[in-house]
Amino acid sequence: MVPELGHFALILALLLAALQTFFGIAGPALGKDRWVAAVAPAVAGQFVMICVALACLVTAFVTLDFSVLYVAQNANSALPLMYRVAAVWGAHEGSLLLWIFLLSSWTIAVAIGSRRLPPRYAARVLGVLGFITFAFLLFSLATSNPFMRLMPAAADGRDLNPLLQDPALAIHPPMLYTGYVGFAVAFAFACAAMLEGKMDQVWARWTRPWTTVAWGFLSIGIALGSWWAYYELGWGGYWFWDPVENASFMPWLAGTALIHSLAVTDKRGLFKSWTLLLAILAFSLSLLGTFLVRSGVTVSVHSFAADPGRGMFLLVFLLIIIGGALSLYAWRAPMLKSPAGFDVLSRESFLLFNNILLVIATAIVFGGTLAPFIAEAIGSETLSVGTPYFNIMFPLPIIPLLALVPIGIHAGWKKGRLSEQKGRLLVTLGISAVLALAFVFGVYGRGQVLTPVAYTLAIWIAISSLIDPFDRIRRGLSLSRSIIGMTLAHIALAMLVMGVASVESYTQERDIAAGPGDTITLGNYAFRFDKVESVEGPNYEGVRGYFTVTHEGRKILDLHPEKRLYWVQRQTLTEAGIGSHWGSNIFLALGDDVGGGKWSVRLQIRPLVNYVWISAFLMALGGGIAASDKRYRNAKERAAEGVSGTAPGAVASVSAAPARGSAG
Amino acid sequence: MKSLRFALPLAGFLLIALVLYIGVKNSPDRQNLRSVLIGRPAPEWTLPDLMNPGAMLTNASFKGKPYILNVWATWCAACRYEHQTLMDLSRNQEVPIIGLNWKDEDNLAHEWLERLGNPYAAIAVDKKGRVPIDYGVTAAPESFLVDANGIVQYRLAGPMTHSIWKREFAPRIAGKSVVAE
Amino acid sequence: MTRTSSRWRALQWLAALIAALAVASAAFAIDTTRFEDPEKQAQYQRMTHELRCMQCLNTSIADSQVDLAADLRNEVRDLVEAGKTDEEIRQFMVDRYGEFILFRPRSPWLYVTPVIFLIIGVLVAVRIIRQRSKLVAEDDSPVDDIAEESAERK
Repeated sequence: MVPELGHFALILALLLAALQTFFGIAGPALGKDRWVAAVAPAVAGQFVMICVALACLVTAFVTLDFSVLYVAQNANSALPLMYRVAAVWGAHEGSLLLWIFLLSSWTIAVAIGSRRLPPRYAARVLGVLGFITFAFLLFSLATSNPFMRLMPAAADGRDLNPLLQDPALAIHPPMLYTGYVGFAVAFAFACAAMLEGKMDQVWARWTRPWTTVAWGFLSIGIALGSWWAYYELGWGGYWFWDPVENASFMPWLAGTALIHSLAVTDKRGLFKSWTLLLAILAFSLSLLGTFLVRSGVTVSVHSFAADPGRGMFLLVFLLIIIGGALSLYAWRAPMLKSPAGFDVLSRESFLLFNNILLVIATAIVFGGTLAPFIAEAIGSETLSVGTPYFNIMFPLPIIPLLALVPIGIHAGWKKGRLSEQKGRLLVTLGISAVLALAFVFGVYGRGQVLTPVAYTLAIWIAISSLIDPFDRIRRGLSLSRSIIGMTLAHIALAMLVMGVASVESYTQERDIAAGPGDTITLGNYAFRFDKVESVEGPNYEGVRGYFTVTHEGRKILDLHPEKRLYWVQRQTLTEAGIGSHWGSNIFLALGDDVGGGKWSVRLQIRPLVNYVWISAFLMALGGGIAASDKRYRNAKERAAEGVSGTAPGAVASVSAAPARGSAG
Repeated sequence: MKSLRFALPLAGFLLIALVLYIGVKNSPDRQNLRSVLIGRPAPEWTLPDLMNPGAMLTNASFKGKPYILNVWATWCAACRYEHQTLMDLSRNQEVPIIGLNWKDEDNLAHEWLERLGNPYAAIAVDKKGRVPIDYGVTAAPESFLVDANGIVQYRLAGPMTHSIWKREFAPRIAGKSVVAE
Repeated sequence: MTRTSSRWRALQWLAALIAALAVASAAFAIDTTRFEDPEKQAQYQRMTHELRCMQCLNTSIADSQVDLAADLRNEVRDLVEAGKTDEEIRQFMVDRYGEFILFRPRSPWLYVTPVIFLIIGVLVAVRIIRQRSKLVAEDDSPVDDIAEESAERK
């Protein structure tokens, strides 16, 4: 009964999404205000139906209804409750429903939040979102229905993949998808503007908070995945340049470019076609990611069970949605002109380079990920692209970009006025270089060529970000949330660079066979293997090793790595023992019983790897704070003052008094 | 026209969509990655003979007529799946099937063949796994069609089926000379 | 999706097998191979991280626990022991498995194209900046908040 209800709800949602699309696009185009007014109720209806559908699926899992095929494939009676809920999105059909639910949630948030936007424009935005919702609902109902019945019902299920039975991984898809899907909002704003045939400066102000929040969620989602891979997969890596990881990284890079480009369009009405294109690009990359994971084209541990039929279906959607948006762009973008100018060393200049370098970085990841397909398509021998390639090529645009950040932060809009800052910049650069070299040679006594460069850039970015806020506080000025958020995010960037540089330069590792009673040394640390015990869990059994870790003689940690066998799926997993000491992450994993009472053990000391994940959360926090700035709430009031009267392509000067304290 | 450059993103996207389309169409075949050995001489090997303990087999002795080299093992579930097909092929056509028993145990192999039948004209044993690496084997089972001149003509990664035989192996066997050039 | 030919079934079998192996290899391999010579040790580490485990999904032979990876590591060990260069070891593997086994592709296009893009990107940026800086004098459009900023700076 419940699954049928869920199925029915999805069908109703499909119909309502169709109505939402029709009214949203045709209403403004034909000037039918009654249709325009019908969009919001359609959104509400579709949202409620999708909630019902998701609730039905969750219920099916929680009650372990094995007559539902998807439940039988992904749950088991021994599965703890929390993971029964997480199992809802553990495979293709359910995660697709989660995707649709999040899209619907964003849509209704936009419907509520844009009540003060011009009604026809808002209707178009919701219409575009409706079309995307419709497409995905159609995909789900036609090829990936989570409510399919299994007759006769299974006695017990196949269990959720043990790799997914983990808190970080349970929350990773919701966070990630919230980000991915959130870029649809910027996409819809862009398409609506192109459909209207005009794009005012105010458009950027409306779009900014939505985009920044989506970007924040995506940052968290990626960080959770990376963190999970680090402690769960057992070889202490935090990024593998796996095609599906790249599929989430590309929208993030494009999204970063987008939020900065939006700032320029907001402030000065410049870069409009760049911003439009980036808005289309960010969501397009999200869609591409969805395609890569679900179509069976890529070879990845992340891929859902493949089906070329689904692949074709999705490809057609991509063609319609992305092709449609890019066609609109080709048609409308030539009309976007702005007479504004800016100096060579102005903030606009730096942000232009920011756009270009980030787009090139995205292109490198894109090229590397798709290279095997391109090779195949042109009939050349299949090649593969992995970590070694990306480690060489990715820094090429990124290092120059990092060097531009600390300088660009101080450049003023339009005029730059950097010569006033020259002294300050050189001093801070000097301090950063000295600190970096002190760290490299003082603490470690060695490093690769890039190490002091990376450290210098990281410290310089951090110091540079703090100068302006401190300056303002000193002068008794208030700090707007915009500035706080921006500062926090840039410092987080510095942390990220610092973390990556440390891990890549100074990781120490050792693989060795050891038995209880042995002590292994690595660096200044000693690991004493005390004993091994068997352990049992709700759906697994295994062994646990007990290790005492000392640093220069003094005990600092107890570590208990485990090796677990999950009965139902008959899979062996490692749970590494991880601890921290002075910013370094100590990683200990238990391998196999190699006989003679000995086990193979992997030890790693990874300095500052935690910075990588902490920085992502700080970036998201910074983004969230910036997005809550007063000026975005004021913008909606200003919008009601009749923006629709402006001529196509004209720069709309913002005449009303700007919100206090917001610059930059 | 300056405004043509705004159509570039669309053009680029259409190219990428084409690449992805080809990727999706080819994806069922991706498991059967084209072997780099095709068109090249089959790597030489000398290995113990499973059926004659103490004796050695060498691939040079099969030259002069086409043969199938089938990599199999008792721990391989898909090998069990293809076994009946191999039995049929060994009875119904002339190309001999040479087995390469990969990282297995002799007594298990014997038991398997007794229980299920022996489709192989001869069986070589590789416990170390060097020879399959020379052939670029990634998983069991794999079957190589080697022609009368010792050149690899085709590689099947996966279980043999009658339809695959008809589609890939039979035409290639018919098209090649039966006697060495 | 409704093909019931035995080939399709066979492929499903194979896919399931490969998936099972790949998923099982989520547990890592601990490779305790040791060389006396630190250069050889470094080469061994480097090469085993550059070579793909052909049975897994996107794992190097250094990190994979499947038998094939262990066999390939043994091959690499023997090649390193025999004093082969990095390129010789790569070629050995490519001769048997094709370019797909290398995580670091050898096609020069993959390395040249990004550099070309970078150069074009910089040239485009420079051109735009030049154009726009000429417009500054005639452009009296207010910058949002700039009036306020200059008031603050006094």
